Amino acid sequence: MGKARLAAFRRKGSGAPAGAQSGRARPNPNPFEVKVNRQKFPVLGRKARHAVGQPGVSRARAVQKRTQTLLKEYKERDKSNVFTDKRFGEYSSSMSPEEKMMKRFALEQQRQHEKKSIYNLNEDEELTHYGQSLADIEKHNDIVDSDSDAEERGTLSAELTAAHFGGGGGLLHKKTLQQQGEDEEKPRSRKELIEELIAKSKQEKRERQAQREGALELTEKLDQDWKEIQTLLAHKTPKPENRDQKEKPKPDAYDMMVRELGFEMKAQPSNRMKTEEELAKEEQERLQKLEAARLRRMRGEDMHGDSRKPKHLSADDLNDDFVLDKDDRRLLSYTDGKMSVEEEQSREASDGESEEDHHEDPSDENLEESSDPDGHSDLDSDTETEEDCGRPDTEPRLAPQKRLANNGHKAREAARNELPYTFAAPESYEELKSLLSGKTMEEQLLVVERIKTCNHPSLAAGNKAKLEKLFGFLLEYVGDLATSDTPDLGVIDKLVVQLYNLCQMFPDSASNSIKFVLRDAMHEMEGSVEARGRVAFPGLDVRHRQRETQAPCREPDVGLDPGSPGSRPGLQLIYLKIAGMLFPTSDFWHPVTTPALVCMSQLLTKCPVLSLHDVVKGLFVCCMFLDYVSLSRRFIPELVNFLLGILYIATPNKHGQGYTLVHPFRASGKNSELLLVSDEEDTATWQRTGLSLRWASGLKAQTKTEANHTRLSCLAVCVALVKHCVLLYSSLPAFHDIMRPLRALLTEHLANRTHPPELQELCQSTLSTLTDMGKQSQRCRPLVCEKSKPVPLRLFTPRLVKVLEFGRKQGSSKEEQERKRLIHKHKREFKGAVREIRRDNQFLARMQLSETLERDAERKRKVKQLFNSLATQEGEWKALKRKKFKK
Amino acid sequence: MERGPGPDGARRALGCLLEAVLASRGEANAVFDILAVLQVGARAAEGVGEGPRGSREGGSRAEQSPQARLSPQSEDSEEIREAVRACGRLFAALLERGELFVGRLPSEDSVLAGSQGATRKYKVWMRHRYHSCCNRLRELLAHSSFEVKELALSTLMRFVQLEGVHPLEKPKWDGCYLFPHQLFKAVVEGLLSLEDDCSLLLSQFREYLEHDDIRYHTMQAATDIVVRVANRYLEVPFTFWNNAFTLLSAVSLPRQECNTSSFYVKHAKLSQTWKVVHLKEHRKAFQLMWLGFLKHELPLGLYKKVLVIMHDSILPHLAQPSLMIDFLTRAYDMGGAISLLALNGLFILIHQHNLEYPDFYRKLYGLLDPSIFHVKYRARFFHLADLFLSSSHLPAYLVAAFAKRLSRLALTAPPEALLMVLPFICNLLRRHPACRVLVHHPLGHELDSDPFDPEEGNPAESRALESSLWELQVSMLCASPTPPPSLPGSRCFCLGPLPRKRVVMCVLLQALQQHYHPEVSQAASVINQALSVSEISIAPLLELTAFEIFERNLKKKCQESVPLQFIPAQGLLGLQDDLCAQHFTLS
Repeated sequence: MGKARLAAFRRKGSGAPAGAQSGRARPNPNPFEVKVNRQKFPVLGRKARHAVGQPGVSRARAVQKRTQTLLKEYKERDKSNVFTDKRFGEYSSSMSPEEKMMKRFALEQQRQHEKKSIYNLNEDEELTHYGQSLADIEKHNDIVDSDSDAEERGTLSAELTAAHFGGGGGLLHKKTLQQQGEDEEKPRSRKELIEELIAKSKQEKRERQAQREGALELTEKLDQDWKEIQTLLAHKTPKPENRDQKEKPKPDAYDMMVRELGFEMKAQPSNRMKTEEELAKEEQERLQKLEAARLRRMRGEDMHGDSRKPKHLSADDLNDDFVLDKDDRRLLSYTDGKMSVEEEQSREASDGESEEDHHEDPSDENLEESSDPDGHSDLDSDTETEEDCGRPDTEPRLAPQKRLANNGHKAREAARNELPYTFAAPESYEELKSLLSGKTMEEQLLVVERIKTCNHPSLAAGNKAKLEKLFGFLLEYVGDLATSDTPDLGVIDKLVVQLYNLCQMFPDSASNSIKFVLRDAMHEMEGSVEARGRVAFPGLDVRHRQRETQAPCREPDVGLDPGSPGSRPGLQLIYLKIAGMLFPTSDFWHPVTTPALVCMSQLLTKCPVLSLHDVVKGLFVCCMFLDYVSLSRRFIPELVNFLLGILYIATPNKHGQGYTLVHPFRASGKNSELLLVSDEEDTATWQRTGLSLRWASGLKAQTKTEANHTRLSCLAVCVALVKHCVLLYSSLPAFHDIMRPLRALLTEHLANRTHPPELQELCQSTLSTLTDMGKQSQRCRPLVCEKSKPVPLRLFTPRLVKVLEFGRKQGSSKEEQERKRLIHKHKREFKGAVREIRRDNQFLARMQLSETLERDAERKRKVKQLFNSLATQEGEWKALKRKKFKK
Repeated sequence: MERGPGPDGARRALGCLLEAVLASRGEANAVFDILAVLQVGARAAEGVGEGPRGSREGGSRAEQSPQARLSPQSEDSEEIREAVRACGRLFAALLERGELFVGRLPSEDSVLAGSQGATRKYKVWMRHRYHSCCNRLRELLAHSSFEVKELALSTLMRFVQLEGVHPLEKPKWDGCYLFPHQLFKAVVEGLLSLEDDCSLLLSQFREYLEHDDIRYHTMQAATDIVVRVANRYLEVPFTFWNNAFTLLSAVSLPRQECNTSSFYVKHAKLSQTWKVVHLKEHRKAFQLMWLGFLKHELPLGLYKKVLVIMHDSILPHLAQPSLMIDFLTRAYDMGGAISLLALNGLFILIHQHNLEYPDFYRKLYGLLDPSIFHVKYRARFFHLADLFLSSSHLPAYLVAAFAKRLSRLALTAPPEALLMVLPFICNLLRRHPACRVLVHHPLGHELDSDPFDPEEGNPAESRALESSLWELQVSMLCASPTPPPSLPGSRCFCLGPLPRKRVVMCVLLQALQQHYHPEVSQAASVINQALSVSEISIAPLLELTAFEIFERNLKKKCQESVPLQFIPAQGLLGLQDDLCAQHFTLS
């Protein structure tokens, strides 16, 4: 049933293009005249163009159109003469009806003028509008409903609108409907119409103006009145204002809050001067923050961060480890009520701040300095900063420095005559060297200080690069000082501070230059290891060792050959030390200190110990190594090996149980008793003192006694370092195994009675600590792996591809698509044309049929009529005949 | 005789003599003039390297007298070379002409006194001259100038070639293989000098060794000479062994028998009955040579050299590789680096030649000592150890003992070795799930001390399975929350000018047991998690050097700016409680 009806609907109307529009025109169409096109899927937000069709309406329109065109043609098919409308512009579609009218009117006037009234001077033609004389309208005897106009202010009257925008045709039509009688005066009425139009608009304008004036007048009057009253209402002013404000859209709570916050920020009072305590507290907080950052780096949390944190895995994760490299979405925040984009700082807040602090502090100082010509303040500020973070027991150490500064002040008074105030930053190392050479320590420091001050980055653009270079030159200078025959360690000692300050200013370039030095040294070491299988222990500075192609000093005994180039300072021991002071040594990974650690490890494993110098240098490396790890407490196998070797070469050679020597040391051979002291007198006179760094840089032992004393000192240092290691590594689970060889050797040392009492004591205490720590260290608990989370199953999300077009058009080149589109269009047009032709034919057939039917009916009617008349005739004739018969 | 000065003059003079001798037999005595120059050169060589063979040439001394007039300064190497060239041309021509006596050479005096024909006398006489020339040339192999040596060698080899083609002895039967054994042996003997290091000359000689016949006869000659020298001297000089080794190691046999054998001495037709043609015979000779060489007591360094090339260029070419078993087991028992090197050869024998070696793993276990990480052959050893321990049929106690021992040794190893040995241990644990108790033993009881016995040589009794790899353990929270108070290295910060209140910041020392190198500590921390399934290939890590690690560290990019030390520097030695400041002074 339903299906049949649907089919009937369909048959009724196919394709009703303007169905929706006509639907809108007639809001309540007859439901039986409407065809509803069922939608397969309702899609939100899509406008259904052909949801409702009105077959009846559209068919009617089509038929009407055909009647006007096709039928006309059909009817005139056999006619040779054509009716043409010769009115002006009748068939031109480009002209609007008004234009047509105007033109026609003008033409008509012209024609009339030419023909009749050439000589008619006086007679004014009468203008009309809608057939009314405009002269009458001028007289306002026919005011068009002004009341209604006044009521609907601002809207144009329907007539006016129609006249202006709807074209004259409609109005004309209306007019003709209204006044059918006046049809003869058509041209006249048109003229009238226009005149009327003009008049009307003029009138309207005038009215509006008058109204405005009136309103203005009223406002002024009101204002004046108000002023008079205002004095009376003075105390109640806020109220009406509030009332005024209420008219505005009320801001919502959020906006107000934002505003308030913004104002609060602005309204913050400036910081008051801080008290000493507060300053100290701040400093302490800063240091705490720095320390926290350092600890974090030490544990390597930055590196492990991602692996330790439970990483968020979305269900859609393909497990292909694809991660966006950097989330560069900015956080949105508001400052002063304006939206601003927050910097990334928040992530590494502490780090960034700490570095900023670093950057700022020296620059602040330097700014002060730059205003201060004679550069005293820098020394003061230096000492201040040292005081700030030094702890009390470092103060005595600082005091002499202060004094030195004061003394230096006087000395400088004298030197000031010679030293210029400003120095250009040196462009090459030679320049710096010539600046500094031949000056006293204080002068050198002052020169460096002044170079730094004069070329502060805030003063000129290129200064940054200059100072960065200065760092490299200073580094080289320090190296040179250390290499020279009489190493000027005092100057180095002071220059280190300058290096530190420069490094704080330019961390990147400083790290690069130190890395460069380290790489140089390592390359050299690698070369010599490959060439000779071993490498000599470097001295305090290394890079110049190439010049001296010497065999390492081989004298095992006192006669540390004075001229031996081997005893000349070599490698970067001093650079390693400086690197440790400039950069944090406790970091899990650090671009400078990690290579430095590898470098030291190489020194301890690759360099054979051939002389007393080597022992001193090796011990110095050990000290540095332990200093490097003093905070991070990391384990250094090479160091333990080295100390073991040093302990071994201080014993008479008899191989004991429980320890094995590794590479740089040998159980027997030329240097296996290097540190053994057999002279009892020397043993007795020995005093424990610190080893001199000059040993590392080629100090020569004057006497045998001195050499023996140095040996004993070395041994003492070694035992002290062992003790340090014991304390450092006591918490390691493998503590026993690490320390077993050391313990064996120490026991051997104790058994050896030849040591001086102080050394004996040291050994004893070390051994006892070792035992204590061994007892303390926790019991061996079997290892257990960390539990790992079960790995979730892989889930695959469907691959989403954006489809912009459906069908076959998809996935081809642009030209191909265009071609297909055209083919498609052509096909549709063709079909449409065929359909139209078919419909035309149907229409024509219908017309022909109806014509035929009409003709047949006419003929039938005529035949009937004939028959009728004949019948009547016959009847009459018969009647007449009958009458005749009757008569 | 007229002679111009300098080498040009000598060349011209020698040229004239040569022309004369070759032109007519009447001028044959000019040979003496040519030989005289050689004689002087050879004597000079003898003077340089005084040797026992000087006396052997006593018979030919008679010939020296007439040429003393030639030139007093003929030691000039240039002149000697001219003379050598002249001799070469002369006797080559004579050999080709067949103007030398063929057959067993009668003594010179008897022939000259006898009544044979003049031609025969001439030929015998000339053969004698040729003989003495060869002797001179052989002596020149010990000359001080390398050019002379080289020229002498090439001339001698040319003689060898020509003599092979025009043999100086009568063939015993038709198609019999003839080779100038005497001459060639003399050459080889000259090469294996007792005094001089002939490695340069031997490297020249190496190119002759590409020819099959020369190789074969070199092997035979070398075997003889080694036996003779070893018998003659109680203490054979080191240089001889060195030379012998250089020669022996230069001999390399083709892997497969190839059809186109290249002969130095050109033969019209090769016969299958000749021994030289067969690779099997070559192998036999090769084996004899090496066994004969290794039989003697060699210097220690030489053993190492032999062992280094053993697996690659000796064992595959022996006819019976199992004959090397004695040598290799002895070397393996010696301990140290030699044992390490013997491993490779032993492995081949075990793997390919069914050698039963009962205590192999025990000995391998014994090889593990702290120096293993410092020796030159570390990569080789660990490559082999990886191979030996790759079998999944090994008992768990054995693998556990290896793992435990290696990790114990790792406590003394440098970082580059650690980076290799840690994945190695992890691989062991992966291959043998039974050993995982070493890193994961949740049910184990707490122990007083490590049950593992490091001194025990037998892996079965080392009790490694009861232990755990504490050595590798990276982090363990300190039992006590504060560090020992006496620790001098724990730096306490007194912050700010609040001297009374110390803020100790390092209290939270977590007692992280870590290696100082980040990569090592990361590698070691692998055992904290459950081990991944797939093994890590240690091949790229075997050859890792510290310098590579250093470069890698330097090149690693730092994302942010470089972190800085925030404690201001105060001086070269650092803060007062730094160790450097404690133990060192500037003055």
